[in-house]
Amino acid sequence: MNDENKPVEVPEELLNQVAVTSMGELASQSFIDKAYNWGRRNSVWPVFFGLACCAIEMIATASSRYDFSRFGMEVMRASPRQADLLIISGTVTKKMLPQIIRLYNQMPEPKYVLAMGACASGGGPFKEGYNVVSGIDKFLPVDVYVPGCPPTPQALIHGLMKLQEKIDSQSIKEVSWYDKENRGDPIPMPVLGPDLMDPRDFSANGKAKE
Amino acid sequence: MSEQIAAAPVDLISLFPDQVKADERVGYEGFMVEPKALVKVVVALRDELGYDYLSSVTAADYIDDHKIEVVYHFFKSTGGTNLTLSTQVSREKAVVPTLMHEFPSMELQEREVYDMFGVEFTGHPDLRRVLLWDGFEGFPLRKDYKEAYFTAEKKPFTNRWPEGHITRAEDATPYKKNVVYPDNLKPFEEYDPSVENLLYSGMKNFLPEDQRELNTEPVMVNFGPQHPSTHGVFRMAAILDGETVMALKPVMGYLHRNHEKIGERNTYLGNIPFTDRLDYISSMANNFAYVVAVEKLMGPRVQIPERAEYLRVIMSELTRIVNHTWAIGFLLNDLGAFFTPALYAMIERELILDIFEATAGSRMMCNYYRFGGVSRDIPEDAMAKLKGLVYERLPRKIDELDIYLSENEIIRERTEGVGILSPEEAIAYGASGPVLRASGVPYDIRRAEPYGIYDQFDFDVAVRYHGDTYDRYVIRLDEVRQSLRILQQALKTIPEGPVLLKNPYNVRVPAGEAYGRAEAPKGELGFYLVSDGTANPFRYHVRSPSFINLTSLEKMSLGLKIADVFAILGSLDIVLGEVDR
Repeated sequence: MNDENKPVEVPEELLNQVAVTSMGELASQSFIDKAYNWGRRNSVWPVFFGLACCAIEMIATASSRYDFSRFGMEVMRASPRQADLLIISGTVTKKMLPQIIRLYNQMPEPKYVLAMGACASGGGPFKEGYNVVSGIDKFLPVDVYVPGCPPTPQALIHGLMKLQEKIDSQSIKEVSWYDKENRGDPIPMPVLGPDLMDPRDFSANGKAKE
Repeated sequence: MSEQIAAAPVDLISLFPDQVKADERVGYEGFMVEPKALVKVVVALRDELGYDYLSSVTAADYIDDHKIEVVYHFFKSTGGTNLTLSTQVSREKAVVPTLMHEFPSMELQEREVYDMFGVEFTGHPDLRRVLLWDGFEGFPLRKDYKEAYFTAEKKPFTNRWPEGHITRAEDATPYKKNVVYPDNLKPFEEYDPSVENLLYSGMKNFLPEDQRELNTEPVMVNFGPQHPSTHGVFRMAAILDGETVMALKPVMGYLHRNHEKIGERNTYLGNIPFTDRLDYISSMANNFAYVVAVEKLMGPRVQIPERAEYLRVIMSELTRIVNHTWAIGFLLNDLGAFFTPALYAMIERELILDIFEATAGSRMMCNYYRFGGVSRDIPEDAMAKLKGLVYERLPRKIDELDIYLSENEIIRERTEGVGILSPEEAIAYGASGPVLRASGVPYDIRRAEPYGIYDQFDFDVAVRYHGDTYDRYVIRLDEVRQSLRILQQALKTIPEGPVLLKNPYNVRVPAGEAYGRAEAPKGELGFYLVSDGTANPFRYHVRSPSFINLTSLEKMSLGLKIADVFAILGSLDIVLGEVDR
């Protein structure tokens, strides 16, 4: 058709409510990606899950002054089955780690992890402690790191916007959760023995790998 | 010291001339008692000398003497300074009789000492680890315990920047992770992935005798650590008969961040930012308690300018307002009024946090107090804003909360008569702060053992007499009003002048021990410090009010419906950073 690239006339009052595409865009899939990501980026529901000090700032971000529901994140779900985003808001301890990994494994795809603050990103001031895991990225794939101790609400919102950018850049063709071969296994559960025991660190005969 | 000697020792030593002697080490005060005579002496202290409030127990590992010293801090519930009782046992066979039957407040604290030092308390019915998990290898607060990322005994670590290059803690450990395995490590498969069996089998012992063998099966219910009503990563395990609570155990340690071990490696000054992160809602009050303890140890040579004393009180009382409005908001959350009251509370918090940010530079972790003053003066425009808040806005807003909530039918139904704690029980269980005062005990450290310049202000000790959840809610409104009274006086009379005479990077304190405490919003926040004369504390213990207030949770919940437990927990107002430390 000749008029494939001709701009479509959209009445002004409908500008925000319709998406305009062309056959070319549809054929190249970029419109499908756009629609798919547009829906996902504006409804990222975090788990209602606070760990430590950062959780207080997370609640402050949810409250009226900063209000992250402006970004479509207002529904914090206490159940991981209904959530898209796990905000690790505080120090990850060895005793808590199995529960966090269970939460992550229970979340349906697509799921994202945001490490909020110094402790979740790398252990923070408590890194040297005997009960502290030096960063959740030793166990979970982290999408966004937010620095700060604790990060201010502005910083957390910036991190959430970075996550939206990441969502925008994904393509439905390539995302792992529709890929039958590489869908990814659940994270193996660590065991609390004489110290934290990560199954990936132990060889087949059960001895620790150095 | 002189006051303590005058009040009790003569009596105590004359009562037990063979078993008790005054602690004669330099810088120490209090009494040494033989482990065998401990129970007898403690009963006499309580019944004959009036020391009826056993505030805290902890231990210190004197590795050079091959001794572990278990230290008890007693107070009179009528006010006054502490009496320290300590008993020494050998490191290899550390056995002390339990005081849980005399003072139920010891239940969780003795478990903590067992967890951290391996001291066995004979007669304790449920001696398990409390902060770490059962099966953990080693006793972390013993001086010969080395964590995986151990670099040196004391900070500042000299090897962090050898020739300008950073060395990473990960690279120094064999597993490249923060773990250390014992030599006799069993094959991986032999470790039980759930280490809960001890907890559940132990709970059966708390059922009444006639119900252990019945064929009816009580229901075991577990809440947390991920639960929206547990205020963080707190966990409870309960045995229910229908909906009625028959046994309930708090399970904690999911946020155990090793404050005390890290604190013993830090310098004195370096610990102030760590105290911020104890009770992270009221960081200024934690700073206050810690500097009170260290200044006690430093003795009278610390000069605190008058303006700094005022600023300390102002910031501490503002923190109390933040904490109590937050606590009320989240209590209502737990009662089912999801988020709206909390949002009202948070508006006021944000306004106060603006003043903290302008003054200290950070919203939450203020790191504001210093030994001998505070770090910065409050800027002029923040001061103007603060005056507007204290004289105009906050009194109005507190009245607003009161009008909206206090007479609400649902709140009264859910909270009145629920979770009653009698005054005798409150003292015996070591409750402190609003929980103690709502039970009819007018005990406020700002009055009982004044610190700072609290003796210059006119305020009432808020007290309520029913000891139920409703009173624990209302007393927080009362306390906020009293805080505003203090603030209004302080803002009128605050003098001009410096806020810190000299900013010492390294404080050296004389050898000795000190127990300093302050009325934090949650209760008695105490710091037990032992100094060996170097720049780092030899022993650094936090007596955290949230942790010890939890001891009475089971007592209050028994026989009630399970939904009431959350109301009670909300009214205790715990913060997990302080519970687990």
